Amino acid sequence: MEKSLPKHTAENLRPPLTNIGIIGWMKANLFNGWFNSALTLLVTYMLWLLVPPLISWAFINSSWLPSGDQCQAGGGACWSVVTANIRFIIFGFYPHELQWRPLVAMIILIALLFYSQNRSHWRKSLFYAWTLGLFVMGVLLRGGVLGFRGVESNLWGGLPLTLLLSVFGLTAAYPVGVLLALGRQSKLPIIKSFSVVYIELIRGVPLISLLFMSSVVFPLFLPEGLVINKILRAQIAIILFTAAYIAEVVRGGLQGVGKGQYEAADSLGLNYFQTMRLIILPQALKIVIPPSVSILISAFKDTSLVVIIALYDLLKTTQTTLSDPKWMGYSAEAYIFVALIYFVCCFAMSNYSRRLERELDTSL
Amino acid sequence: MSDLKRVVPAVIAAFCLTAGVAMAGTLADVKGKGFVQAGVNGDLFGFGKPDEKGVWKGLDVDTARAVAAAIFGDANKVKFTPLTAKTRFTALQSGEVDVLTRNATKTLSRDTDLGLNFVQVNYYDGQGFLIPKKLGVKSAKELDGATVCVLPGTTTEQNVADYFRVNKMKMKPVVIENTAELSKAFFAGRCDCLTSDASQLAGIRAVAPNPSDYVILPQIISKEPLAPAVRHGDDQWMDIVNYSVLAMIEAEELGITSKNVDEMMKSTDPQVQRFLGVTPGNGKALGLDENWAYNIIKQVGNYGEVFERNVGVNTPLMIERGLNGLWTNGGLMYSPPFK
Repeated sequence: MEKSLPKHTAENLRPPLTNIGIIGWMKANLFNGWFNSALTLLVTYMLWLLVPPLISWAFINSSWLPSGDQCQAGGGACWSVVTANIRFIIFGFYPHELQWRPLVAMIILIALLFYSQNRSHWRKSLFYAWTLGLFVMGVLLRGGVLGFRGVESNLWGGLPLTLLLSVFGLTAAYPVGVLLALGRQSKLPIIKSFSVVYIELIRGVPLISLLFMSSVVFPLFLPEGLVINKILRAQIAIILFTAAYIAEVVRGGLQGVGKGQYEAADSLGLNYFQTMRLIILPQALKIVIPPSVSILISAFKDTSLVVIIALYDLLKTTQTTLSDPKWMGYSAEAYIFVALIYFVCCFAMSNYSRRLERELDTSL
Repeated sequence: MSDLKRVVPAVIAAFCLTAGVAMAGTLADVKGKGFVQAGVNGDLFGFGKPDEKGVWKGLDVDTARAVAAAIFGDANKVKFTPLTAKTRFTALQSGEVDVLTRNATKTLSRDTDLGLNFVQVNYYDGQGFLIPKKLGVKSAKELDGATVCVLPGTTTEQNVADYFRVNKMKMKPVVIENTAELSKAFFAGRCDCLTSDASQLAGIRAVAPNPSDYVILPQIISKEPLAPAVRHGDDQWMDIVNYSVLAMIEAEELGITSKNVDEMMKSTDPQVQRFLGVTPGNGKALGLDENWAYNIIKQVGNYGEVFERNVGVNTPLMIERGLNGLWTNGGLMYSPPFK
């Protein structure tokens, strides 16, 4: 009696081939209307013009190891400008046979940064790990103790210098910026006016002129013979500069916290420091994660401005390599390499900030 | 802007006057710290630039090494501070470097207003033009209406503008920040000619896709005597730097090289004996060891050797001796007698 229903019910029919899979997706997204179809075709044509030559330049016809003269014959990209000079580009003047030391220091730094990413690791032990790590890095870079040969800071260069300037610049600038922001909100007139003057003065001047002041004008005021380390001078200029910008961003966060929060803290009988530490700052700093990361990223890239005071950061070592007649024609390759390094660092920062935002999101 | 240009050196000079009192005896300071601090160019191939291993190479670098050899008997007791065109003079004035060997053109205002003393020229440069052969131009005077690739900021830009104005010609400058990009733009055909110091033109030509398509015009439109500089107010130090350069020139004239200097110690020629300190006197006069000149030649070489090693015809720069030859060969390198 039982009679199976006909197999071909409407529900079981597969949708037409043109509506699903790649074709369906293309139809829905790329060719839905004459305007979009035209755009798709145009873009495809442009990609066709650009991508194959790029690939053949960057990979197929490229030379990776030979010397400069052989590159000219190859016709493609000459990555050997990077491979032949990699040690100078990365380490600058650091003595050739000792370059493993900054390498190890950088690995420690990256490992520490990576480990600190996870907020569940933020314990006291992490603090000790950083202290120990910084000490080891200092010993490795500077030497002069424990049988390590001393290397003066004027020989530091390349990537370690870029990382040093940015990591220390950013970590030191952030707390200073927060203090300045609080100072600007303060009711004490001296602290308030100092903060305002400082922030406005520093923000009104480009970083280049601060660096110039620190390297050209400042030494003229020092007594003869007293020379303050050039890297330290640049580092301080970067910290002072970044702090002023952070301060204004944090102030925005402080103003974004509702007045009720301040009043609630007052009614609980908390004093100023407790209010700030327990109630206001945690909320304010969370609000301003996106703009502060923007500032940190741009500050990271700004460290390359130390070129103008002849510090050999990553960009400067690359430019120096390019001034050799042997490599003069291959600036594109070298700059692409440096751009990749900068991109990786900046992308990591912005990725992490998005993760932090997600984790801290309390949907308030 | 022009006001500023006048005021700034004056202020700096004022600083230097006050500083000058405090710093007598650069030689004693240098001996005390154990090395010479030299300001050099960081990016100029052939004059001052680190190689792939970070070892400094160049004519200016070797000049600084010669000073170290004269003082310490060890050409390696020198530390190099790379300086930009903008920071070089203040670095010397503020005492950050003891001597500036950074292809600086000796001019009247720098020699006086800036509080510097330039010593013996170690390279006579001048500004020239590089053009594509197919332009069919034989002289710089035929360049009317040309687009000119030029580096900004230095005297080069001003010289070429002056030259075109004086000859009642029109030019369109294409200003590009660094030499590598400048030469790329030129070879890509963005301008009719490229102007730069003559010492650089051969090197730029060498990196062309097809070097024989380009020629360097014979005209030199400016004088650029490049000389080491020291601060005003320390004559002994100036003498030492000056005679370190001159010793290299004198050695070439006397036929003393880094290879034969040990044999020359046995020479009976009184000039050679005095020069190498076999007959004492010169060292004492300078406040140095009697074998100071021997150390320079042994460790760094005479001027001809240094020239050929860094910028000569067998280097990528392919520069002929020309003006930088000895006076006996029609050049300008001439040393006073060493006695």
